[in-house]
Amino acid sequence: MSREQLYVKLNEVFREVFDDQSIIVSDMTTANDIERWDSLMHINLLFAIENAFEIRFDIEEGLILQNVGEMADIILRKCNDN
Amino acid sequence: MKELEYPFDVKKILSGKIKLRRLLLEKADGFIEKRIAILGGGTTSDIKDVMELFLLNQGIRPSFYESEYNQYYQEAMFPTEEFIKFSPDVIYICTSNHNIERYPSFSDSEEYVDQLFSEESEKYCAIWEKLEQQFHCPIIQNNFEMPAYRLLGNRDAYDYRGRTNFLMRLNMEFSRQASQRDHLLLCDLNYISSDYGLGKWSDIYYYCMYKYAMHIEAVPYLAFQAANIIKSLFGRNKKGLVLDLDNTLWGGIVGDDGVDNLAIGSELPKGQIYTQFQQYIKEYKKIGVFLAIDSKNDYENAVAGLEHPDSVLSKEDFVSIYANWEPKDQNLLAIADELQVLPESLVFIDDNPAERYMVEEQIDGVSVPNIGKVQDYIRIIDRSGFFEVTSLSEDDQKRVVMYQENAKRKQMQMNFSDYGEYLQSLEMQAVIREFDKVHFSRIAQLSNKSNQFNLTTRRYTKEEIEGIANDSSYITLYGRLQDRFGDNGVVSVVIGQIEGKNCHIRLWIMSCRVLKRDMENAMMDCFAARCSERGVGQIYGYYYPTRKNGMVKDFYKEMGFEKISEDAVFNTVWSLDIAKGYQKRNKFILVDF
Repeated sequence: MSREQLYVKLNEVFREVFDDQSIIVSDMTTANDIERWDSLMHINLLFAIENAFEIRFDIEEGLILQNVGEMADIILRKCNDN
Repeated sequence: MKELEYPFDVKKILSGKIKLRRLLLEKADGFIEKRIAILGGGTTSDIKDVMELFLLNQGIRPSFYESEYNQYYQEAMFPTEEFIKFSPDVIYICTSNHNIERYPSFSDSEEYVDQLFSEESEKYCAIWEKLEQQFHCPIIQNNFEMPAYRLLGNRDAYDYRGRTNFLMRLNMEFSRQASQRDHLLLCDLNYISSDYGLGKWSDIYYYCMYKYAMHIEAVPYLAFQAANIIKSLFGRNKKGLVLDLDNTLWGGIVGDDGVDNLAIGSELPKGQIYTQFQQYIKEYKKIGVFLAIDSKNDYENAVAGLEHPDSVLSKEDFVSIYANWEPKDQNLLAIADELQVLPESLVFIDDNPAERYMVEEQIDGVSVPNIGKVQDYIRIIDRSGFFEVTSLSEDDQKRVVMYQENAKRKQMQMNFSDYGEYLQSLEMQAVIREFDKVHFSRIAQLSNKSNQFNLTTRRYTKEEIEGIANDSSYITLYGRLQDRFGDNGVVSVVIGQIEGKNCHIRLWIMSCRVLKRDMENAMMDCFAARCSERGVGQIYGYYYPTRKNGMVKDFYKEMGFEKISEDAVFNTVWSLDIAKGYQKRNKFILVDF
């Protein structure tokens, strides 16, 4: 999976989770950029990403995923390992 | 909403909760509003959010108070000002075995373990005691799921030092307490977690990451059960099962295959499975759920099927049988009309997806579970929680008989040319009284259930009813109606508040079972009499329109009131002058007042 393909899918996940069709995420997006993205919605977000990409985050990854760029790196690595 | 019916799509719910919430709020109106306090022993935000979806889907719009993380004990014992001000309608104590303070260890003596057990259970008793005194509202308490591991293996269950044993003891104690405490209800975490699968439920990833007491995917299963208890408390249970026959209650098609060739009875596995299902369905009558038939069949064939020697259910088990070739949605509406219930209080059970789709599309709010294959029927109906029992009053158990009597009255009515003659023939007797202790819970139940004949749609808890009964500035009445076919139980409630020479009617409700039977007139007569005794000269009535109470729009006009105002959303205020006398209205009921 390329980074571009990944972003298409990731964007869909964000739009679904936050119920906002105007969201466009990029490497630079952080929790501050999306109104409802707090520590509790973060749990639902990670859960939705895990299901969409058929991966599981390791216990140490869940906590550091505070910006989308980092998230994309980890997802990409996991998907390509599969 | 299909996504929120069992068996639900947990991924869709957990990833799409914001969207689902928006859709539910857009879709419906006429919600009843309830305040729910959640005192949590772990992270409860997802449980709260998902519970909100299930409640909205049941027509209840909750607002929440959520304790600080793991502060369930402190906030119960020393409620914050915010919590007190919130004044909950119901409190949910969402704890789990993660909250056990100290488990027995292997060096402990039996006496010491007894002491640990007492300390743990007394902690919860103190919480319930305190909350009951402070808030006078129902308290829902999770019991405990079984432990994630068993050091002693199977011995863990019966050795006094085993965690399994310790938790089982606590659960028994919780059950004992709940059966003795009026306000306390249990949410059976033990059953819910084992039904879900304790192994996956106990995945510690989510506990260590987020302090979730269970796997994130199990959250909807718990939230659904807690929401079911709440909707039942506030009168949102279903009332009856409307069943198809062929391939639903028996295997085969009676019209084609003939009665002798139907799969039912203990001889063959296929017959056994339908027999078990029929037994399950028949049990429902005992908790006051009525059964009706909606089948595409010639009536004679339908009845012949029910007369099969191995059929558990017989013709007499059904309050209404519609076996014909009309569309099933039309039959279902006819059943609702005959029994005088709302179509949305019915559950339609049919093996045929096309029929289910039709009924679901045509009738708003009726429940149409996808019951799967015959071996799934029981599980799916059971887990759907349509009839969650939070109290079993005598009236509940008599209810099926009442529906049957209703159907008889309807038939009898057709034999009279004059309606008055019909009413006369019913030989009706009413007992009308001020609220008394025995009836507090039935009165509260009625206030939460009545949607159609309800002038103000105010909902009351049992505790509020008790408060009003003890407050001398109120006039309270409940009415019980009996006739030649049987006892209808408590069917009408009126609450008036006296201010000087005026009395304001805060609540007027009546069960639709007794519509057009002169009961409203009997209630009015008694209410006016009580007002006169108390020196009231002017009675004020209020009508607040909702989606469902259009039938009483002109109620006060019919009672001889005059309209004095109407606002932009059609709320109306009415008044009746009784200072110079009152003309009795009831003609057909013998009243004991």
